[in-house]
Amino acid sequence: MYYARVIYILWLRQLKRYVRSRARLLSSVAQPLLFLVALGFGFGPIYAKAGGGDYIQFLAPGIITMSMLFTAMFGGIEVIWDKQFGFLKETLVAPVPRMIIMLGRTLGGATVAMLQGIVIFTITLFIGFHPVVTPTLFFAPLVMFLICMLFTALGTAIASRLNDMQAFPLVMNFLIMPMFFLSGALFPVDQLPRALGIVVRLNPVSYGVDGMRSTLIHLGHFGLGLDILVLSVVGALCVTLGAYLFNGIEA
Amino acid sequence: MSIITVKNLTKKFDDFVAVDDISFTVEKGEIFAFLGPNGAGKTTTIKMLTTLLEPTEGVVMLNGFNVVEKPNETRNSFGIVFQDPSLDTELTAFENMEFHAVLYGLSLKLASSRVRELLELVELWDRKDDFVKNFSGGMKRRLEIARGLLHHPKVLFLDEPTLGLDPQTRNHIWTYIKDLSEKEKITVFVTTHYMEEADRVADRVAVIDHGKIIMEGTPASLKAETKTNNLEDAFLALTGRTIRTEDVSSLDTMRMNARMWKRT
Repeated sequence: MYYARVIYILWLRQLKRYVRSRARLLSSVAQPLLFLVALGFGFGPIYAKAGGGDYIQFLAPGIITMSMLFTAMFGGIEVIWDKQFGFLKETLVAPVPRMIIMLGRTLGGATVAMLQGIVIFTITLFIGFHPVVTPTLFFAPLVMFLICMLFTALGTAIASRLNDMQAFPLVMNFLIMPMFFLSGALFPVDQLPRALGIVVRLNPVSYGVDGMRSTLIHLGHFGLGLDILVLSVVGALCVTLGAYLFNGIEA
Repeated sequence: MSIITVKNLTKKFDDFVAVDDISFTVEKGEIFAFLGPNGAGKTTTIKMLTTLLEPTEGVVMLNGFNVVEKPNETRNSFGIVFQDPSLDTELTAFENMEFHAVLYGLSLKLASSRVRELLELVELWDRKDDFVKNFSGGMKRRLEIARGLLHHPKVLFLDEPTLGLDPQTRNHIWTYIKDLSEKEKITVFVTTHYMEEADRVADRVAVIDHGKIIMEGTPASLKAETKTNNLEDAFLALTGRTIRTEDVSSLDTMRMNARMWKRT
């Protein structure tokens, strides 16, 4: 009961911070929207000519995943921010196991990322995305939740080891960007050159994108079962690793 | 009866010995001032006493708990006001207090009455719904002190609580701390650079330099032993007049940058 309250207050804090930061809200919508409009309408005609069909339809689940990936990773990396502004110490001297602190933060960050995904999903509906209504659509929230937990935990794990914001662009350029671009969010993965195909298969984001596509437009490459399995297993690993590294933070 | 017992406490960072085999005790209910030049090992010691750093060697007992073996029981026994601010500036004063209350397992009823009582005490009750980012340095300090007392700790650690505050606020805070230790029998462990403040409020003083405690006693005995008139001269007689350099960690640089950014 006590731990539940602690997790709740940590979760609530993440949500409050998100809702109150208008700049963050605005910019987190602007980027995916730019991708959708520029790529969606820019590449749309070529994609259709190549026989792929409606590109917006293909792209939207990828962009929803992207927005969740970015928000979740940033949510995790916020730990550095808390180190910087000193608030982390307040939680580290509290008589609560670090594991609980990490879980509360991660759940909060994941919820924020999921809300973000839902916002972008709603926007895609207005620019021509039509989800295919099948029973698998019900699995979409589960896939979204798994994606958000995985990457918030991964962000937390990374941030637990970093001490300053200088490392931030490094994480951005060498981890988040490659993970996004090499995930099949923007292109179909069935006819890739061999090397690229292997990288895509090793990238957990690919399974997130595929899971979103399977549930939203009923078009999967790996199969929804495998997607959920990979996301759950890697997610559990990241949460464990995050908890372990978070536990080792010395203020 | 001693509430903090430190025995042969040592902390090494690679080759550098930040705290070198120190031992001391703090009695229940007293105000204990821990003095020393920059980089002497004050903050490192506080961090070990408050479970934030693991000692390389030595034992610390706080309120009867071994801080390494029973970190959560220890954490329940003390409150701390850090040298750097540790509030969430995106939350209101009330929310910061609420957060702390939940983390320390206070019941809702108890929490709401104590939050009110403490915020009134530090004269912030009428500002409780304002965001902390709009507070002045003095207000933040007062809020942090109120927060540190919320779970009725046996020991209150104050790491330079009056740094950068104007004389009015400093005076206010010290009066408050002295009152508190008398009324509530809370033990106060304080570090400060303002010697006249330590002279005025502390029951006992320990001077640390280069990781070692070089003298311990009442302010009066320190002055007597060094044949000086005030604690500042006693301090200088003990630690010399050379200015200390302090290694600046990347974290400190970052905090400094954060402060600079905030100003613009």
